[in-house]
Amino acid sequence: MPFRLLKFGLEKEYSEPRMFRSPAELRDSYDVVIIGGGAHGLAAAHYLAAEHGIHDVAVLEQRYIGHGGTGRNTAIIRSNYLTEEGARFYQFSVDLYRDLARSLDFNLFYSERGHFTLAHTPASLRTQRWRAEVNKHLGIDSEVVGPEFIKKKIPEIDLNCGGHQPPIVGALFHPPGAIARHDAVAWAYARGADQGGAEIHQRTTVSDIEVVDGRVAGVHTDRGFIKTRKVISAVAGWTTSIQRMVGLRTPLVVHPLQAMVTEPFKPWLDAIVVSASLHTYVSQSSRGELVTGASLDPYELISMRSTLDFAEGLAGHMLDLFPFLGDVKVLRQWAGLCDMTPDFSPIMGTTPIEGFYIDAGWGTWGFKASPVCGYTMAHTVATGEDHPLIRAFNVSRFGAFDLVGEKGAASVGH
Amino acid sequence: MKQRLAAQPGEWIDRTQELEFRFEGETYKGYAGDVIASALWANGVQMTGRSFKYHRPRGIYSLAGHDANAMFSDGTHTHLRGDSLPLVAGMDLRAVNTFGGLKGDKLNWVELFSRFMPVGFYYKVFHRPAWLFPFHEKQIRKIAGLGEINPALPSTTSPKDYAWCDVLVVGGGAAGLEAALAAGRTGARVLLIEQQARLGGSLAWQHGRDEEAQRAYGTLVEAVLALEAVEVRCATMVGGHYADHWVALFDADRMSKVRAGAVVYAPGAIEQPAVFGHNDLPGVMLGSAAQRLVRLYATKPCERMVLLAANSQAYGVALDMLEAGVEVAAIADLRPDGEPSVLGEEVAAAGVPIHCGHAVYEAVAKGDKSGLRGAVVAPLRDDGEIESSRGQLIACDGIAVSVGWMPNAALLSQAGVKFAYEQTLQQLAPVSKPDGIFVAGRARGTYDLDAQRIDGRDQGAAAAYYTGREDKQISPRVESCKTAHSHPYPIFAHSGKKNFVDFDEDLHLTDFVNAHQEGYDSVELLKRYSTVGMGPSQGKLANMNAMRILAKLNGDTIDETGSTTSRPFYQPVPLGHLAGRRFHPMRQTPMHAWHAAHDAEFYHAGDWYRPEYYRRANTHRDECIFQEAQQVRTGLGVIDVGTLGKLLINGPDAVELLERLYTGRFKKRAVGRYRYAVALDESGVVIEDGVIARLAEDRFYVTATSSGVGAFYREMLRWAAIWGLDVTLSNATGQLAALNLAGPHSREALTALTDIDLSPEAFPYLGVREGEVAGVRALVMRVGFVGELGYEVHVPAWQGAHVWQSIFAAGEPWGVRAFGVEAQRLLRLEKGHLIVGHDTDALTHPYEAGLAGAIGKNKPFFVGQRSLQIYRKRETKRVLVGVRWPDGFKGGLPEECHLIIKDGRMVGRITSIAPVSTLGYALGMAFVEPDMAEPGTRIEVRLDDGAMSVAEVAALPFYDRDDERQGL
Repeated sequence: MPFRLLKFGLEKEYSEPRMFRSPAELRDSYDVVIIGGGAHGLAAAHYLAAEHGIHDVAVLEQRYIGHGGTGRNTAIIRSNYLTEEGARFYQFSVDLYRDLARSLDFNLFYSERGHFTLAHTPASLRTQRWRAEVNKHLGIDSEVVGPEFIKKKIPEIDLNCGGHQPPIVGALFHPPGAIARHDAVAWAYARGADQGGAEIHQRTTVSDIEVVDGRVAGVHTDRGFIKTRKVISAVAGWTTSIQRMVGLRTPLVVHPLQAMVTEPFKPWLDAIVVSASLHTYVSQSSRGELVTGASLDPYELISMRSTLDFAEGLAGHMLDLFPFLGDVKVLRQWAGLCDMTPDFSPIMGTTPIEGFYIDAGWGTWGFKASPVCGYTMAHTVATGEDHPLIRAFNVSRFGAFDLVGEKGAASVGH
Repeated sequence: MKQRLAAQPGEWIDRTQELEFRFEGETYKGYAGDVIASALWANGVQMTGRSFKYHRPRGIYSLAGHDANAMFSDGTHTHLRGDSLPLVAGMDLRAVNTFGGLKGDKLNWVELFSRFMPVGFYYKVFHRPAWLFPFHEKQIRKIAGLGEINPALPSTTSPKDYAWCDVLVVGGGAAGLEAALAAGRTGARVLLIEQQARLGGSLAWQHGRDEEAQRAYGTLVEAVLALEAVEVRCATMVGGHYADHWVALFDADRMSKVRAGAVVYAPGAIEQPAVFGHNDLPGVMLGSAAQRLVRLYATKPCERMVLLAANSQAYGVALDMLEAGVEVAAIADLRPDGEPSVLGEEVAAAGVPIHCGHAVYEAVAKGDKSGLRGAVVAPLRDDGEIESSRGQLIACDGIAVSVGWMPNAALLSQAGVKFAYEQTLQQLAPVSKPDGIFVAGRARGTYDLDAQRIDGRDQGAAAAYYTGREDKQISPRVESCKTAHSHPYPIFAHSGKKNFVDFDEDLHLTDFVNAHQEGYDSVELLKRYSTVGMGPSQGKLANMNAMRILAKLNGDTIDETGSTTSRPFYQPVPLGHLAGRRFHPMRQTPMHAWHAAHDAEFYHAGDWYRPEYYRRANTHRDECIFQEAQQVRTGLGVIDVGTLGKLLINGPDAVELLERLYTGRFKKRAVGRYRYAVALDESGVVIEDGVIARLAEDRFYVTATSSGVGAFYREMLRWAAIWGLDVTLSNATGQLAALNLAGPHSREALTALTDIDLSPEAFPYLGVREGEVAGVRALVMRVGFVGELGYEVHVPAWQGAHVWQSIFAAGEPWGVRAFGVEAQRLLRLEKGHLIVGHDTDALTHPYEAGLAGAIGKNKPFFVGQRSLQIYRKRETKRVLVGVRWPDGFKGGLPEECHLIIKDGRMVGRITSIAPVSTLGYALGMAFVEPDMAEPGTRIEVRLDDGAMSVAEVAALPFYDRDDERQGL
């Protein structure tokens, strides 16, 4: 039995301290204000303190930490991206993730399961090969595998999809593909940020950002004005309202993305299974639930309501892959917001507004990038220069048309 | 069936149908009309399951579909809900999530170590050393999870249907019945949904002694069933309420989707547990569960009961129990003054000891923990704390809990109804609701039966008025109840025994205190950390008490504490019902039967079946494809191109629309001519190509790619509407058949079949003509996609097969042969034509793809033009080129998307490859960096095994560089 458990059992009073403080007062100035208490913002606060000695930081969260994309995604972590910039960036994130539970001393249930992106058509297989070749070139463990291999690793799968879909002709197999407990990532970073001196202010809404002569001067909130010269916006699906406050233009459009989860079952599915053609992905959580999602809702909308046709379509595709799940019951469906960029890569780093740093464009791929985003955004704020890993993601690329095309690596079609 | 009572008036069981079933290896008998759990209870089986974490014995708690600890598997299916699923003869059931059976569950030791496993303990251990976590995770996964998936189950399909109504009434209790009647009588079409097997709601189990109520019950049901305007569906659950009153219903067989004009929600309230020591033991249940056992299933809950009370319903329970022959050993009433109504007197008169201002401190288990032997009742201090030292043990084998209710709010919240905490009721009540949603009865805090009925009537009529079926506007008369039926804090600390708040997730009071101490102090964080409310019942018996606990810990009000968001589904629903019959219709061209009869190997091209090639006896696939291509080069071939997108663009602004959507110029294009056209998205990326033929000044025929036409047509409609152009668009893809007759003899073959003058002067390359082919009105274009003289013939779909066969007959002298998509791909590759989406990707702009020639100069505007201007000024980063291998090359060839490597860098990729061509060498297309684009440049392509395949850049096209063949 781990020593920690022994301690719980033997102590008289429960001795676990608060994960993070809940400061009653919002001070009137901070060196850095981070808008958004998701995994990205909290990670940035953590790395600002841990890597750069910047401790005078406030994280402002309109609801509770992890309320946005952090707590709504399907928790898949991988680095099998299509572009060199993307693959290197996400690989760095995976490297951080692998050590994160240790370094933050919080079990994130980081579980490497192997990630299959199924191809049902020659066209889809071509894209998977492209990704595999780029990955291999960069030292990322990816390969194109045939139907026999898939069947061996996932014996329950119906390669013919019951005749409802084109048969599975191969897959991109990415052995390090992992899942993790998403809320825990936010909590662990929150604790790290708090220990590093950052203040986490939940239920605090930003109403405006003061910009004077092209540089950030402060942040207006529903709890008063904060003087600061540096602001990180890490609000993903809410970015379009923040960018308006500083007059920044981005090509972001917001779409809802839905997901659902079944009742918990004993373990049977180890792999993470994605079918781009069927717009479906599924994994089984440590709790035993099947966590499953599909493509974006096809319209722009800032709303987190659920739709029935989503559940119907996804259920159908789940049964195409795993026909024996007809009696398995769906417990819950939910939705999140995706701030989509035209090239399916994020928008990160410095902006034309001095002191305004953006971490946005997280579409459907934000959770897996949480550590690297915090790390590189902290570097960027501390040094004033975009971290080399995110240079390609600067907002200026849209004006210059230096796009980083990751559409082919998005988990499902969009 | 030792606990079965004599026949009860209105009981739901059918004593003439005795059903035999098995549970945990023992054989039992029940009746038709029983749910599984009631049948077990009737046989004296109190332990129905083991708890999720500690594997504690558990039994019936709500008997209303919220009991996570009465879930069974029959070996084939799992997660069968014992407290709602009807008993069926021959069932062979086991409790889920036991290790070695229910009685001897090997994991019952876990509880001994519960001190070592506080809330969220798993976040704090097992991660160091990291290499051990996979081992730990494996164990955790085995223990977590309830039932086992059965991968051998066959695929099932269930039908779906649609329904509509003016007024949907959810809940068939007193308020719902009245609402359905009131709405139905206005002429509105009403759909009444009841989750239980029969109508009545609480009338069926809570008002058994009230003769007047029972008479009214009978009359109401009769009236509803007699009313033609009302359709009644029992044993049907409303699973979710979506936007615009789109409601999903689920029964045992199917999902129905309803679009309702208005919805009256009368779903009642869910009785809530009290939290005290060992409040989870089998034998502890809600008062309403005890009443359901007696009234619906004629089953005695226990012999001697202690009742924990905080409202008048509890006294109704006591009287019902007395009537059923249960000895009520004591009532512990949380209220200092007890029950003020006449019910209190009645119970006291029956000799039941009533302890006002008392609580149950602890349930005391029998030796094997499978049931109870007593309850410790102790007085409450003024501050609500329990004085456990003054507790007395009262012998009993059952404890019923009637301390409060929570509106059955899940669906209401989904529908947009907002709730707030009502101090007079000490519970949540609706405070605002969207248009078209009405709430009636107990869900809005109406506890008096007569008031519920009046309220139902008013809300039903108001809903009918909302839909326009009733002229008279109704203002509901009934206010919510003025006395509290819920105790503000029925939660009592215990010094040693666990006191459970969430029975699904095995969470006890200390877990909440600890989680709060760690900073999980908002309702959402608490939920995510502790997992409260995330189990199979989605917190229907836990969330209210969790909110009360958190509010107290925070020193906040319930409203300040807030509640979690309710999401579909109300109760879990099968994937199979959601999926339905899974229709995936595939499209076939009119020539499909011919292809099939001629050994076509089909593949899925989007929604279409297309022949990949035609099989030949003893001939390998590659050789078949090669022969087909060769036949086109030397003689005559025909391909079915019916899947091509075919769009008709007519009207005064037709040319304007095309000028704006495509890069090329069409204003001056002569009638009778077509040209290749490329469309971009706003970022300048190539998204579509095809040809645009001018049939008249204001009439165009446009082809689009098979896979892209659907999306592009939508885009056309969108732009036409945005720009307000006077143009008519129609997508004729499926209405027209099309074939391409290609090869040096195609003119000769076609001449005999058509009245169109095919001479090169009259009908040159890039010409389009309308006329007759094989007696059928046709549109003919002179095309050259495969690099030979060719004619594309478009005819009405129903005549496609006829034209196809006529052309085959006419082509006989030249050995005409059908060719498939693979041969076409080879031929176009030889001719240097790209395929959008194959040789281009999500970022390819025309300058990279060699499509600069398709961009009209000096155009005022087209979609993507601004982006192209930026691209033009920049250095192009890659270009699409031809690549070839030497004649007779025998080494390894790449596959599409293998990378081109130079000095260890990725400098390009193969987009298309033909290992065998009619030109005698392997060739393909590739993206390379611009400095490598010069023909003759050596390139190295990395193969799967890491070996390099050496090729060189070649000028495009490979075949017929001077375009002599297609211009014949």
